[in-house]
Amino acid sequence: MTLLSPVWTALLYLAAAVCFILALKGLNSPRTARQGNLVGAFGAVIAVVAVFLSVHLDNIPWIVGSIAVGSAVAAPVARRVKMTQMPQLVALFNGVGGGAAALVALLELAHSEDGWMRVAVVFTLLVGAVSFAGSAITFAKLQELMTTRPVVFPGLPVVMALVLLAAVGTGVGVVLSGSQALAVGLLLLGLAAGVLLVLPVGGADVPIVISLLNAFTGLAVAASGLVLGNVLLVVAGTLVGASGTILTRAMAAAMGRSVAGILFGAFRGGSTAGSTAVSERPVRSSSAEDVAVLLGYAQRVIIVPGYGLAVAQGQHTAAELALALEERGVDVDFAIHPVAGRMPGHMNVLLAEANVPYESLKEMAEINSEFKTADVALVVGANDVVNPAAKTTAGSPIYGMPILEVAQARQVVFLKRSMRPGFAGIENDLMYEPQTTLLFGDAKDSLTKVLGAVKGL
Amino acid sequence: MDGISLLTITVLAVFVGFEVVSKVSSTLHTPLMSGANAIHGIILVGAIIVAGQAHEPLVLAVALLAVVLATANLVGGFVVTDRMLEMFRGRKPGGGKPASGRPEPGVDKQKEEAR
Repeated sequence: MTLLSPVWTALLYLAAAVCFILALKGLNSPRTARQGNLVGAFGAVIAVVAVFLSVHLDNIPWIVGSIAVGSAVAAPVARRVKMTQMPQLVALFNGVGGGAAALVALLELAHSEDGWMRVAVVFTLLVGAVSFAGSAITFAKLQELMTTRPVVFPGLPVVMALVLLAAVGTGVGVVLSGSQALAVGLLLLGLAAGVLLVLPVGGADVPIVISLLNAFTGLAVAASGLVLGNVLLVVAGTLVGASGTILTRAMAAAMGRSVAGILFGAFRGGSTAGSTAVSERPVRSSSAEDVAVLLGYAQRVIIVPGYGLAVAQGQHTAAELALALEERGVDVDFAIHPVAGRMPGHMNVLLAEANVPYESLKEMAEINSEFKTADVALVVGANDVVNPAAKTTAGSPIYGMPILEVAQARQVVFLKRSMRPGFAGIENDLMYEPQTTLLFGDAKDSLTKVLGAVKGL
Repeated sequence: MDGISLLTITVLAVFVGFEVVSKVSSTLHTPLMSGANAIHGIILVGAIIVAGQAHEPLVLAVALLAVVLATANLVGGFVVTDRMLEMFRGRKPGGGKPASGRPEPGVDKQKEEAR
């Protein structure tokens, strides 16, 4: 049944597209972000209702059933996922979207007589498949189902080049012949390319790759819109493709990397390997009581939270410690590195979850000049983002990444589980400096002990 | 729709896409990525159209798989973004102190149960 005329359909699609633009716009500010997201969801509902009312559809019970299945699986997972595991969930959702676009293109090939149409089909197939397979590998890396270190093998660039060449050749074949079999072959080549693209990317760079694959999926969706002649898919896909590209560059800039460097850095070999050796140099470790005295009698404390804090679920304790110190008249701020956690902005989300007001969360550019006025920099479960090697050691995998200048604080306290190096797999010289004190233990346990000792001062 | 109109729309959408995210702070990078991720779940519309035109069982099966995947992207994407954003709270109006250093387990639990 078609209840809606083409004009009404177009108007509803326009309304949905405007909702999506407003959603992205709203996500620019913490005040309007949540509302913006809801506006986006509303736009999606409009679009889905419009398609049911405007196109003659068979198999409606099957379609509705499939939507129910998809929602029933995704919504509870999204509701229950721990905030620390959220980056991999976003990667997963991105991947299935890319996969869906590739499948749609595969099926639409049969209806595409026009050469240009088939070009769009080929593009969607390839990019959608790359996004699907790439996201799957990202998921595995973030979930630590596989190593987070770059995976490279001799001849990887050659294999990658061969796969891409084969993909281009197969793509031309699909455009000329319209053959379904070739299209399936292209899909498989796309999957291989996706795996090869992400394997050599090191753990710390994975978030940027998620963002890049997100933009890829957007482009695949836009191309599938061209195939189906659906304006909404074109607009929404292009929006995501364009904004995703900008976002990827912004994230890469925050880490002092170029996107090309992240994707192909490991190909050049050498630098990204890092060192696994744990050195035997002496460090100064201390008790929770000593740390509490340092903090309690300071005038200004800057807390630098990292992924270790999140893993230990210590964000609430960190927030309590900040409050206890403020009650003693200590000036406390949180210094948030752009990539603290596993994803840019991830740490902000985690601390916001612990009710730390976002005004206390200072961005790197804002806080870096203030470390020299700080009595104590308290580094909780962070390592790479404060590692001076990023400034001094040209061969280091994190070389060039802007860091938080904790070394300028009068005292530096590290709460660490062990001397194990951080996500990037390199050692931190700052831990051996004379102004540095280490308190070993699970971040949450240590914070709880320090909090108790501060309250007892 | 003819090719040139689609091209016009595409190019304009590129510029809108660039503009809307050009000034976002790194605080919101993760939710923004997640929100954009949810939006491309709209491929569901394409999947529904393809499934609605399927006449062979194999084609229908593949199309329905696309519907399931697209729905997961769309619904999961918006839900997880909302979960991230519900945690962004400012200071309470009037108070100079942080809203609360301590989570309010009672309140949070009630909210969880209301869902």
